Amino acid sequence: MNGLTQPHQFPGRLIVVEGIDGSGKSTQLQLALRYLQARGFSTFFTEWNSADLVKTVTKKGKKKQTLTPLTFSLLHATDFAHRLVHNILPPLKAGMIVLSDRYTYTAFARDVVRGVDRQWVRRVYSFAPRPDLALYFNVPIEVSVQRLLAGRAQLKDYEAGMDLHLASDKVSSFKLFQTRILQEYQGIIREYGLTEIDASRTIGEQQQIVRGLIDDMLKSFEPQLQAQETVA
Amino acid sequence: MNEIQYISYKMPYLPDGPCAGKLIVIEGTDGCGRTTQALMLRKWLEVQGYGVIDTGWTRSKLVGQAITDLKQGHSLHRLTYCLMYATDLADRMEYQILPALRSGFIVLADRYVYTAIARGIVRGANEKWLQDLFGFAVVPDLVFYLRLPVLDLVPRVLESGKMNYWESGMDMNYGDDLYDSFIAYQGALIEQFDTMADRDSFITVDARQESELIQKQLRRTVGRYLEGPPAAAAAAG
Repeated sequence: MNGLTQPHQFPGRLIVVEGIDGSGKSTQLQLALRYLQARGFSTFFTEWNSADLVKTVTKKGKKKQTLTPLTFSLLHATDFAHRLVHNILPPLKAGMIVLSDRYTYTAFARDVVRGVDRQWVRRVYSFAPRPDLALYFNVPIEVSVQRLLAGRAQLKDYEAGMDLHLASDKVSSFKLFQTRILQEYQGIIREYGLTEIDASRTIGEQQQIVRGLIDDMLKSFEPQLQAQETVA
Repeated sequence: MNEIQYISYKMPYLPDGPCAGKLIVIEGTDGCGRTTQALMLRKWLEVQGYGVIDTGWTRSKLVGQAITDLKQGHSLHRLTYCLMYATDLADRMEYQILPALRSGFIVLADRYVYTAIARGIVRGANEKWLQDLFGFAVVPDLVFYLRLPVLDLVPRVLESGKMNYWESGMDMNYGDDLYDSFIAYQGALIEQFDTMADRDSFITVDARQESELIQKQLRRTVGRYLEGPPAAAAAAG
């Protein structure tokens, strides 16, 4: 059983974006969502770490700082499984276009940097279907830090990888942590064939590329649900 | 002294180091007398001077309560069900089992990965996936399987006044009747335990026997395994 290495059989389509914090991937996905909606497609949006099921547990663990790399990884996998079953699979089966802000690759990068076994975490997520389009937004670490710090005042502890004790202040820790994540992503891109996008280009330029890739991917797509809705 | 061994995956961040203790697992379906036996075994070991800690299923600080709460509702899919169990075990492994093994305790586990794997398989999860998922766990030194045929289990459970929703596998729609569902579900679990017992060389004990007889067998096997008196007992004697 490994869903991530072979195309899924559902009538819908799955688009995911990946990249470190501040790579601009969420902005690009938001614009792609608008594009698809304007073209009349039935869409569904979902993001990493959003299921109510384990939210309270994760929050509690983070607050008390009792999460270990292993339990951190397993809680995220539990959250992902819950979202997959409740949010991602139904629209995929119904023939909709699902857009996911981060996917399993985020776990492959972050959890391994935290010290979890590389093969193990891939096996844990092997129940996930392979995306039809997986975009990786590649950004130099300095650009991502600038974007993040301009956007909001405080970095969160786990986001900055403070649990790894790489540095005593959050900005330095964030840089070191995200640099390691970038390195881990490089292997993942090759292993799973993610499409790399230069995230230091302008928002408009990137979106043009994204829309081109989406158009190509949708050539083989027959929007079943949409057709039914139009008739009704 | 041996290194701590993991089933299939050692997490790179976990420190290497000798394992001074022993991990003893007691497995078996609901109502087979596991908890009673574990308690008796613990007392016996302590009388001999061994340091013992026990660890129970879904008792982790991190998710123990969450699992109990989630079982009240019906939003648990087999994937999330298995992953929650794995989280619970991981938390207990790092905060209870590993520290205890490193400092020379005997860890008595009331249920272990095999319960989770059996329940997962019966609920339709992929067996290889389950084995990989739980591959992070420490390899036990001894696994006792208290085997009780399903028809012997029924009166015990009924006499104790509870045939509950989850123990009857009602989430799997085996039947709308608690009894039928219980028989089918527990029967399927026993089948899984039997298969694992053969493959992973569990020590199978007939749980239909008197409690004292079962305990005698456990003590004999554990005693032989531990070979000779522990340091504390030797010093005292």
